[in-house]
Amino acid sequence: MDASILSSILFATIVAGTPLIIVALGQLIAEKSGVLNLGAEGMMAMGAIAGFAITLHTGSPWLGVLAGMAAGALMASLFAIVVLTLMGNQVASGLALSILGVGLSAFIGKPYESEILPTVGAIRVPLLADIPIIGEPLFNQQALVYLSWVLFGTIVWFLYRSRPGLVLRAVGESPSSAHSIGYPVIRIRYLATIFGGAMAGVGGAFLSVFYTPLWVEGMVAGRGWIAIALVVFATWRPFRVMVGAYLFGGVMVVQLFVQGSGLGINIPSQFLSALPYLATIIVLVIISRDQNTVRLNAPVSLGQPYRPEA
Amino acid sequence: MIRLERRPEASQVMSYASPLIAILLMLIGGLLLFAFLGKNPLEGFKVFFINPVSDWYGVSELFLKATPLMLIAVGLAVGFRANVWNIGAEGQLIVGGIAASAVALYFQEAEGAHVLILMVIAGGIGGMLWAAIPAFLKTRFNTNEILVSLMLVYVAQLLVSWLVHGPMMDPDGFNFPQSRMFEDSALLPLLSEDSRLNLAFVFALGALLAGYIFMFRSFAGFQMQVAGYARDAARYAGFSAKRMIWIGLLSGGAMAGFAGMSEVAGPMGQLTEHVSSNYGFAAIIVAFVARLNPVGIFFASLLMALLYLGGEQAQQYMNLPSSISNVFQGMLLMFLLGSDVLINYRVSWKEARV
Repeated sequence: MDASILSSILFATIVAGTPLIIVALGQLIAEKSGVLNLGAEGMMAMGAIAGFAITLHTGSPWLGVLAGMAAGALMASLFAIVVLTLMGNQVASGLALSILGVGLSAFIGKPYESEILPTVGAIRVPLLADIPIIGEPLFNQQALVYLSWVLFGTIVWFLYRSRPGLVLRAVGESPSSAHSIGYPVIRIRYLATIFGGAMAGVGGAFLSVFYTPLWVEGMVAGRGWIAIALVVFATWRPFRVMVGAYLFGGVMVVQLFVQGSGLGINIPSQFLSALPYLATIIVLVIISRDQNTVRLNAPVSLGQPYRPEA
Repeated sequence: MIRLERRPEASQVMSYASPLIAILLMLIGGLLLFAFLGKNPLEGFKVFFINPVSDWYGVSELFLKATPLMLIAVGLAVGFRANVWNIGAEGQLIVGGIAASAVALYFQEAEGAHVLILMVIAGGIGGMLWAAIPAFLKTRFNTNEILVSLMLVYVAQLLVSWLVHGPMMDPDGFNFPQSRMFEDSALLPLLSEDSRLNLAFVFALGALLAGYIFMFRSFAGFQMQVAGYARDAARYAGFSAKRMIWIGLLSGGAMAGFAGMSEVAGPMGQLTEHVSSNYGFAAIIVAFVARLNPVGIFFASLLMALLYLGGEQAQQYMNLPSSISNVFQGMLLMFLLGSDVLINYRVSWKEARV
């Protein structure tokens, strides 16, 4: 294969994987605290429309990303009130949040459907970007791609090297023990859930501000759900989340290259578009096949409501 | 300071009152939303909730929209009672619609009732096949049924898109992505001449009755109820968890598939990419608002159908996007899940103890 084609496949893979990394890492933090929020799809959709609208009105993609972050955090706060303060069922509330977010974003986004944002330029790292094949994909990217790596490093450090990270994990493993040694379980869960929402919002804004860059109803197209599946697939480990996200990114861009390659392969586009969803099912099967893999790695209190008794 | 205090036992009154509280909160939220959009809230309320059902045709449309919701919600409720989370009814509906359409197109020249009967069977089997995938993966590989059933929604949407752009496209249809219109023998008979309401509504009522009997009068229904409340108790009693997963998913799949048939053989009369208007997801809300009870499903389906019609009216007369229906639906479910806290807790105003 031509080196330049390989390079552009790698490039597109990393771009496509980036929103998944951001969303899935946020989700990971929330789940580590014991909160299962299935509303990622809705929070991403809200982040996407908020980011798009604010970028269009202000001309600043960074204000757009902040707006997306705020929108995601707001949605997650709503979820947190229902499941943490009011002890609602987490599975059902997450579904409701997805339905609400997708509906609300379509509603708000209607007037924006014909608008297009100017493309945001990439940031080129001198010298490193000149490395053959991997230079362009790794070092001539959108700022958010670099930030996703910073996010990864920070989360690894936070979870495994910092005290607050230890407390967070303790809250997810055994909320009653964490409570009895004096940690505010509910407050920590609030923060973790809202962080997860903020990251979902950023992931959504990445799609509408940097990736496409336009707003179409339903543009998140299941990425929120794929991110949730990624966390399971990664058995709640950040490094595997990152690898998994790039694998999925690769599956998502395969379609563009098969069709544009002129290899004479004539597969209906819908079949190729279905690949990421089928891949999700396949990796879930592989990872769940051994019951212990999921059971031993999932935070013990995941999805369970907790109420400190006095 | 407001505090939540655990009730000595769950409140029966509140378990019925909570959906009503949620509906009230949704209405208030709706009024605020209209006000926020610079529309007259009372006018919006009238357009959304009163105008759609102000004549017989409107009421018949309400029943028509409620039909797929009742069918799907009662099927899903069977599984939800045992904590089997089939959230892919949208995909199962699409595949049921595809299967029924295939039968209709195959028997194009045929007369007689056998066409419709075969379409019903095909729709049900199509939906069950699609639901059998998460059921098989769950029972065999322990795979999360929520994620698998949901991923299959996207696959089903792409499948129907391919079919109406390719193999099932109307050859005389000027390349529109839709199938041939069905012959009369492949359309469900109308219940009255001046409406679009068809026989599927009667079947939906029958399905509610059958669901009621299964849930409250059959041993399998009892087993699933026990498993939903206390999984360990069900296991000690020797109830097969795998069997419940299969029953839960297949009942939802069959009903969703039948709903897909009732759409293509009812108001649509052909297969298009838009077989479903999110009925598969709306039915999840219906099932929850109804407390997984068939009687409740009847009323919750009518309410949800009203939200659909209200959205169409708001689009037509107030120039609002029809997705406002989804906003109301999402709000309703969020409020319900929140106000359910009142079943087990009461609110008290007390000085916070230090």
